[in-house]
Amino acid sequence: MSNLSTNPEKTRMQKMWHSNIAYSFRRNPVAIVSLAVFLLIALSTLFAPLLAPFDPYDMTQFNILDSELPPAWEQGGEARFVFGTDAQGRDLWSAILYGTRVSLIIGICAVAVQALLGITIGLVAGYVGGRVDSLLMRLADVQLSFSTLMVAIIFLAISQALFGSETFNEYALFILVIVIGVAEWPQYARTVRATVLAEKRKEYVDAARVLAFGPLRIMIKHILPNSISPIFVISTVQVANAIISEASLSFLGLGMPVSQPSLGSLISSGFDYIFSGSWWITTIPGIVLVVLVLVINLLGDWLRDVLNPKLYKG
Amino acid sequence: MSLLSVRDLVVKFAMRDQTVTALNGISFDLNRGERMGIVGESGAGKSITGFAILNLISRPGFIDSGHVMFDGMDLAHTSDKALRTIRGNRIAMIFQDPMVTLNPVLTIGQQMVETLQAHRSLTRRDAEKIAVAKLREVYIPAPEERLQQYPHELSGGMRQRIIIAIALLLDPQLIIADEPTTALDVTIQADIMELLLELCQSNNVSLILITHDLGVVSQMTERTLVMYAGRIIESGRTRAIINDPQHPYTQGLIKALPQQTLPGERLKQIPGNMPALSAIPPGCPFNPRCEYTVDRCRTTIPELVRVGPVEVACHEVQRMNRDTETEEQTA
Repeated sequence: MSNLSTNPEKTRMQKMWHSNIAYSFRRNPVAIVSLAVFLLIALSTLFAPLLAPFDPYDMTQFNILDSELPPAWEQGGEARFVFGTDAQGRDLWSAILYGTRVSLIIGICAVAVQALLGITIGLVAGYVGGRVDSLLMRLADVQLSFSTLMVAIIFLAISQALFGSETFNEYALFILVIVIGVAEWPQYARTVRATVLAEKRKEYVDAARVLAFGPLRIMIKHILPNSISPIFVISTVQVANAIISEASLSFLGLGMPVSQPSLGSLISSGFDYIFSGSWWITTIPGIVLVVLVLVINLLGDWLRDVLNPKLYKG
Repeated sequence: MSLLSVRDLVVKFAMRDQTVTALNGISFDLNRGERMGIVGESGAGKSITGFAILNLISRPGFIDSGHVMFDGMDLAHTSDKALRTIRGNRIAMIFQDPMVTLNPVLTIGQQMVETLQAHRSLTRRDAEKIAVAKLREVYIPAPEERLQQYPHELSGGMRQRIIIAIALLLDPQLIIADEPTTALDVTIQADIMELLLELCQSNNVSLILITHDLGVVSQMTERTLVMYAGRIIESGRTRAIINDPQHPYTQGLIKALPQQTLPGERLKQIPGNMPALSAIPPGCPFNPRCEYTVDRCRTTIPELVRVGPVEVACHEVQRMNRDTETEEQTA
């Protein structure tokens, strides 16, 4: 025992370095670049308060005279505002940093909600089977037959009307997380159920039943860890989807308020000015959004290839 | 009193449009420390018997009637809660394929500690100590290191040893081994069987060995049940059955052993296949494949009757014996 655990930190790091995933990662330039870009975006949003020259939430700092200034490299641009300003004179660079932060938070939290709901429901449906399974999966079918955006739009419109836009704007972040989370749980539930059905037939589950482990323990401790790889894969894709959903809703004016813009609301706020020549207000956050979603999807693709070697690479 | 006593056990499977009978009135007794083999073709109901003893038949199967008396408790009609004190704890089960019986994402140590803690209130440290002791009992080298390893880091034979160690963790009185060596290669098979035999003898554990390998049965067990299409067709002391099989099916099984054939000769086989559970012929289930079939075999199901040292379910045992005797005399 003692000679084994002399240097657990190092062996663990070494193990990770030599693992399959790490190897395939080192051999895959697309994955490396994607992760690098993703980390860059994630870290810069994490340190947004340090990096941003202005506070985009503090309206007292805006000067209407600075409005619609082009990016610094364009004619008429000012060095203070690297990416220019929006219609209110808000520094676009700061707004993008904070906006990406909001988008990422909503994306990740919404996926956490989806995962919580979907994994629980999928596990129960797959393990218990029978009527419970049929009921839960029909529920998922019903949920899936409404498009995410439709559900979200109806729900957000109702809650906006219900709470008034003041309160709504205050809690927009939570409401968005919950709406996007609830609207997309069947994706998880279906994937988890399918894996659970496959895992359930394996002998280690029989062995666990023979050892008199309860169903809850078998589900959580034995089946769930064995179903984790499809959950990983779907999670990356779902984060990208959730970010897009949030951006779409914000673009439609049902998401984050302009006072606390996300990438979607920034794009939306610039859209009115795009024909007056102020292309940057829409385009730059748009590019950030596309890059963010793209790298997440590329990472997801790579992860799927690694975790699912049997999958045909088309 | 016997440790395990199975009486008229009937297990059925509810299919979409009909209910098929997988076990049709199985009865046997097993004494403390006794080792019994269950042999038969695939689909004869051997594994289902194993699961039925633990009342672990999962849907669409169910125990229709009968009793499984284990130490005074009827496992076929007991609450799940009471069954939990039996499963794993007093009756352990070993499965066919050691590659998939261990959970691939947990270390050996985690799985052993979890098993112990599920049944006994033990600290992690104490549980690990017991685990190491049991691993030593099954001749695992460097057991402390094994606890940290994952199943995929170990060979098949090693894994089956670990599975046996897990089965022994809680000192059960009965081990049900469901084809424990089918997935292993031949040299390791012998090792594992020897180990199992040694552990059963030294700990006075009863064993039900489910297999289709008559050679293994003859080395390992004192008594044998031969099953066919969900029924026991012959039972008795292993030596008697191997040396002088009474039922035509058992005779066919023994004739089919490669050792019974001279080099260059075609292997003997029993013609036909076992009937599907949904299409068991009336009368004796073996009648379409049997060379001794008479009209009565097609209409009446034979009862188990004592013939010499064994019990046989066959109408034509007497005539068959006469035939073999005359055959031997003329030969």
